[in-house]
Amino acid sequence: MLNQKIFIVIAAYNEEKRIKKVISNLKKQNYKNIVVIDDGSSDKTYEIARKEKVYVLKHIINRGQGAALKTGIDFAIQKKADIIVTFDADGQFLVKEIKNVVMPILKNEADISLGSRFLGKTINIPLLKKLVLKLGVIVVFILYGIKITDSQSGFRAMSRKAAEKINLTADRMEHAGEFFQEIKKNNLKYKEVPITVIYDRYSLKKGQNWNQSIELGIKMLIKRLIG
Amino acid sequence: MLSIIQILAFVFVTFAASRAVLRAKDKKISLGEFFLWIAIWGGLIFVVFFPGITSYFAQLLGIGRGVDVILYVSISLLFYLIFRLYVKLEETEREITKLVRNLAFIKRKK
Repeated sequence: MLNQKIFIVIAAYNEEKRIKKVISNLKKQNYKNIVVIDDGSSDKTYEIARKEKVYVLKHIINRGQGAALKTGIDFAIQKKADIIVTFDADGQFLVKEIKNVVMPILKNEADISLGSRFLGKTINIPLLKKLVLKLGVIVVFILYGIKITDSQSGFRAMSRKAAEKINLTADRMEHAGEFFQEIKKNNLKYKEVPITVIYDRYSLKKGQNWNQSIELGIKMLIKRLIG
Repeated sequence: MLSIIQILAFVFVTFAASRAVLRAKDKKISLGEFFLWIAIWGGLIFVVFFPGITSYFAQLLGIGRGVDVILYVSISLLFYLIFRLYVKLEETEREITKLVRNLAFIKRKK
């Protein structure tokens, strides 16, 4: 595990309250290659991340999580990362679970591994959120024939080879669907790994709400039909 | 004798068509687009002054009334133009993102 270059990519938009803690937790677990993309935050996210001596890239205006992740992934590829992990800036995921998510890639069991909150522990998930995510599972299966248990997990790991193939074009939240599209298109081996997702007041306020999810579903459908 | 609606329509169409001419002069729209707009406004003015023609088309197409033909055509046209706008907007958004992402890389190198 130690001779593989693991890059943690974090898209952050107005996360000044949480970003420092997330970075220091990562450092404590010995993750040295941390890439933070400040997605046009209006708060001090950029300055705080800069002080932590990690790689920081700044989008001068907000372009959405998909765009930010792509910037980070491209940067990690440039830096010759072996494995790229996408992680959240708001502390919903557990740093200690990164090794579980990375494991299938290390063992060569998969090109991309997807964290699933429904295989693992989910703390305080709102019912509506759960319903929407489950609906997403059905949509993903119908559109791409991919069987998963969690449709919008932001916790993933991929090999560089897979990262180079995955072509994300959607700026906003549709990127979650786009990952599945790219998995299918490039015939990537995928595996789901149990993860914990913690819902507290902070993350609930920031997370996407149900009408955004519906919009996401419709956009995925349109893309599949005409794209 | 011209009705009020005909006068209003004439004034509006003249104004709209003049915009199209100006845009074409400034090369803001292509020649094809210019003719498209002139055809739309010309068609409208024709229909306003010869409303009888719509009944002819209605009969030809098997639609009840002349006014309905105008409604159907207008709505279809609107949908088409909105669709084009939507595509264009998505494209523009994507280009902005490309710029922002490239800037992020350039800024880091400095």
